[in-house]
Amino acid sequence: MMKTSDIENIEISLLLEGIFDVYGYDFREYAEASLKRRLTQWLHKTGFAGFSEAQAVVLRDRELFSDLLDGITVNVSEMFRDPQFFKAIREVVVPHLKTYPFIKIWVAGCAAGEEAYSLAILLCEEGLDGHYRIYATDINERVLQQAKEGVYPLERMRQFTHSYQTAGGKRDFADYYTARYDRAILSQKLKNNIVFASHNLTVDAGLGEMQTVLCRNLLIYFRPALKERVLTLFDGSLSNGGFLCLGMKETLSGRCISGGYKELARGTRIYRKQYA
Amino acid sequence: MHRELRFCAVVVGVSMGGVEALRVLLGGLPQDFRLPVIIVHHTSPDSQSNLAALLDSFCPLRIKEADEEEKIEAGTAYFAPPNYHLLLERDGTLSLSVDMPVCFARPSVDVLFESAAKACGPGLIGIIMTGGGSDGSGGLKTIKDMGGITIVQDPLEAEADFMPRSALAAVKADHVLPLKGIAPLLCALAERKKEQ
Ligand SMILES: C[S@@+](CC[C@H](N)C(=O)[O-])C[C@H]1O[C@@H](n2cnc3c(N)ncnc32)[C@H](O)[C@@H]1O
Repeated sequence: MMKTSDIENIEISLLLEGIFDVYGYDFREYAEASLKRRLTQWLHKTGFAGFSEAQAVVLRDRELFSDLLDGITVNVSEMFRDPQFFKAIREVVVPHLKTYPFIKIWVAGCAAGEEAYSLAILLCEEGLDGHYRIYATDINERVLQQAKEGVYPLERMRQFTHSYQTAGGKRDFADYYTARYDRAILSQKLKNNIVFASHNLTVDAGLGEMQTVLCRNLLIYFRPALKERVLTLFDGSLSNGGFLCLGMKETLSGRCISGGYKELARGTRIYRKQYA
Repeated sequence: MHRELRFCAVVVGVSMGGVEALRVLLGGLPQDFRLPVIIVHHTSPDSQSNLAALLDSFCPLRIKEADEEEKIEAGTAYFAPPNYHLLLERDGTLSLSVDMPVCFARPSVDVLFESAAKACGPGLIGIIMTGGGSDGSGGLKTIKDMGGITIVQDPLEAEADFMPRSALAAVKADHVLPLKGIAPLLCALAERKKEQ
């Protein structure tokens, strides 16, 4: 007799197969432990007796599928997360970027826009206003909508401000938002150079000729084979001399494309694509 | 991993007072300890990081910060990196997540314990030691429910007794021990073979 936990694992893979066939979203190669944790939380919230019961409805009801997608993607982010990373961008990457007439940056897995806005602030302080465009993408439509609005709970500003300063921010962080009741509304100026769009790294094609690609704290959710595929996609989207930036616990070492890249300084997770 | 052993891993949750507790626990395990040890130690987001290196320098065991996709090995202790949840996959590799804090903690003991219980079933040994907060209680219960072994440091001698007390309120632990008694028990448990 099979154990209940084994049967549940089978139910989950059937559900993921079904979702892929019906909606084209591919979660089959996500790392299992975190995905299972989020799926289980979602299941409890919805009140279905089990994954098979949920599957019967999810495959027919697009709205419920969106709710599931929102439940299983981890959208936690911060402005200027890992301040030393943004400091390195400012001090080491920006001088290179300044040599281009126009800079294109791809922020993949942008969540509610925290990282994209951090970059916009930094580039504007470095005098690059009007010389760049940020393409910020995610698969979760709900957080993309939030990102477009650029409104965050006011209580988060204290931490963002601290990180901004640690990252070498040059101004008063409060210059970048207006407080209204318990919300902080980011200034319109920051939004002008960012395009937020829906994009799924597991199935969609790359974007062309970027000078920088940021994909931080997203690859940790993928299994090795999917990581390789997505890194190859980034490689094809980066121009020579461009920069690939990963999260602090993600690395290029040991990956197929690693031969064509050099880490700026050990541990920065900023990799420069070498000229062929 | 030894297929014939009764256990496949040890997981440890500890917070306030943890540096000293970990020094005693890890210092008491031999270099050829038969199981991997996975640790969540609560610290402030930007402090720690070097505790693993420090302990490694004077413990016989190999001690390091966990990397993603790393396969767990006997004789090695892995620390969750600051600001990330650490999870154990069914294939015996470690994975990371930046999901919301659980019980105000990231890394969270519950997240590690629950994933490890799912990966190892009855083959898991879970330990809660000194600390404030109630993180780990739910996870320890999951370990017990799955048939694993649960150990709690005696709250009477723990530097901070809230976390062990809260664990004991949630679980009827298999062993409640003073700090010094935990490593010897682990050494004995680690030798156990699977029952035929
Ligand atoms: C943890 S957040 C990272 C946010 C930000 N990069 C940071 O480091 O703070 C991961 C994001 O990746 C998105 N994501 C997950 N799978 C994706 C996929 N296949 N394609 C694009 N985005 C994805 C999630 O919706 C989530 O918003």
